[in-house]
Amino acid sequence: MSVVGHQPPPFFHRGPAPLARLMFFVALSLLLLVLDLRFHTLEWARQGVALVTYPLQRLASLPLEGHERWNEYLSSLATLEKENVALRRQQLVTANLLLRQEHLELENQRLRALLDMKLRQPVNSQVAEILYSARDPFSRRVILDKGAQQSIAPGQVVIDEMGVIGQVTRVFPLLSEVTLITDKDQAVPVQIVRNGLRAVLFGAGAGNLELRFLAANADVQTGDELVTSGLDDVYLPGLPVAKVTRVDRDTTYAFARILCEPIPGVERHGQVLVLGRREALPPAPPEAESKDRPGKGRRGGK
Amino acid sequence: MMQPTHGSRRILRPVRDWFIWLTLLLAVFLDLIPLGRLPGFPDWVALTLTFWCIRESFKVGMGTAFVLGIVMDVSSGSVMGQHSLAYVLLAFTASGLSRRFLQFPLMQQALQILPLLLATQVVMLITRMSVGSEFPGVEYFLDSFTAALLWYPLTYLLLLPQYQPVEKDENRPI
Repeated sequence: MSVVGHQPPPFFHRGPAPLARLMFFVALSLLLLVLDLRFHTLEWARQGVALVTYPLQRLASLPLEGHERWNEYLSSLATLEKENVALRRQQLVTANLLLRQEHLELENQRLRALLDMKLRQPVNSQVAEILYSARDPFSRRVILDKGAQQSIAPGQVVIDEMGVIGQVTRVFPLLSEVTLITDKDQAVPVQIVRNGLRAVLFGAGAGNLELRFLAANADVQTGDELVTSGLDDVYLPGLPVAKVTRVDRDTTYAFARILCEPIPGVERHGQVLVLGRREALPPAPPEAESKDRPGKGRRGGK
Repeated sequence: MMQPTHGSRRILRPVRDWFIWLTLLLAVFLDLIPLGRLPGFPDWVALTLTFWCIRESFKVGMGTAFVLGIVMDVSSGSVMGQHSLAYVLLAFTASGLSRRFLQFPLMQQALQILPLLLATQVVMLITRMSVGSEFPGVEYFLDSFTAALLWYPLTYLLLLPQYQPVEKDENRPI
């Protein structure tokens, strides 16, 4: 029963009290935080907002891109010539290896077939460019200029000419986000080149890496090189990752504290290679197993 | 005594809504410039949001802060809810203290903005450190100091449209 004059005049309407509104929005934010961190169910919302802000984002990155192009254009002839000579020399050095690579790969395939081992799947790759590093100061991520439209998928490994840089963790329609191996708690399965010891490498913050869960008397030395072990069916085996810089063996702890430094390319910008996904094949159905590919579809070919 | 043009006691024209939205959009744009981890690059959205929360606390408030926070969460690749939580708290404090802020001259306002912005950064820091992200270093807090330094020129710029007289009268005596 609303009677004229019982309601306050409209210019006094201010909605709910500020404290109530604060509680509402804080609760909503906390809900978002929990949903995103714990359940990872907000990717659709992220995709939607990202699609709307994409034009603005591209526009904002234009001045810097232009600046870079301009610098490239102005780089003198001498530098280019020097670079050209160095590249030619490098190509000549690597040509020898590359020419034999094909031969070796064929041989490997034959030998594997001979030994009845699981054949390695050929991996395709895509060249992408690092646009910029993400603004979030709490993590180490970079943005690539290729996304779902170029069939980039989360989980793909990103390398440069020196070794592993990181892993694609989030894919937008036209961009993708790569978490660098130096990001805290980003894990890479590795093995030591010298003795084949397997371990897991974690980001330790401040651009460092750490080999965790190795016994205090594990055979690790300063200067040991680490390559991916390929045990997780995500990373290809044998890609250089890091080098051991310090080994602390404190007997009060069960594990040794082993610090490593990443390959030099990790914090750099430039062109990278996104390796195709190396998926574990699904287990073969029983009737197909007897046909032509025995042993395939089971993990553990190594 | 003559009031300087940027004094807070000068009677201003009412603000236009589209101008508020334009400046906020521009702030988002400035924050999207991919400078990586350049220390001392201010959080323009937080700064502009604080300004409008203090000046126009009935038009810009926690709802705007929340939406801007979501946009910043997505575009900076951080956790959903991190910026929105910090911005909502910032908007609440700034709107609540707006009467108090406006009594002071601009330099002292800037001094009082500084702890507000620092608190915003601390909220974000706590949010991320509690889920195990790395500490970004002390230079992370440099952003707020640059932002506080920008308070004076920003106030002048953002109030500029409101300084215009309603109608230009050539024959007006003063």
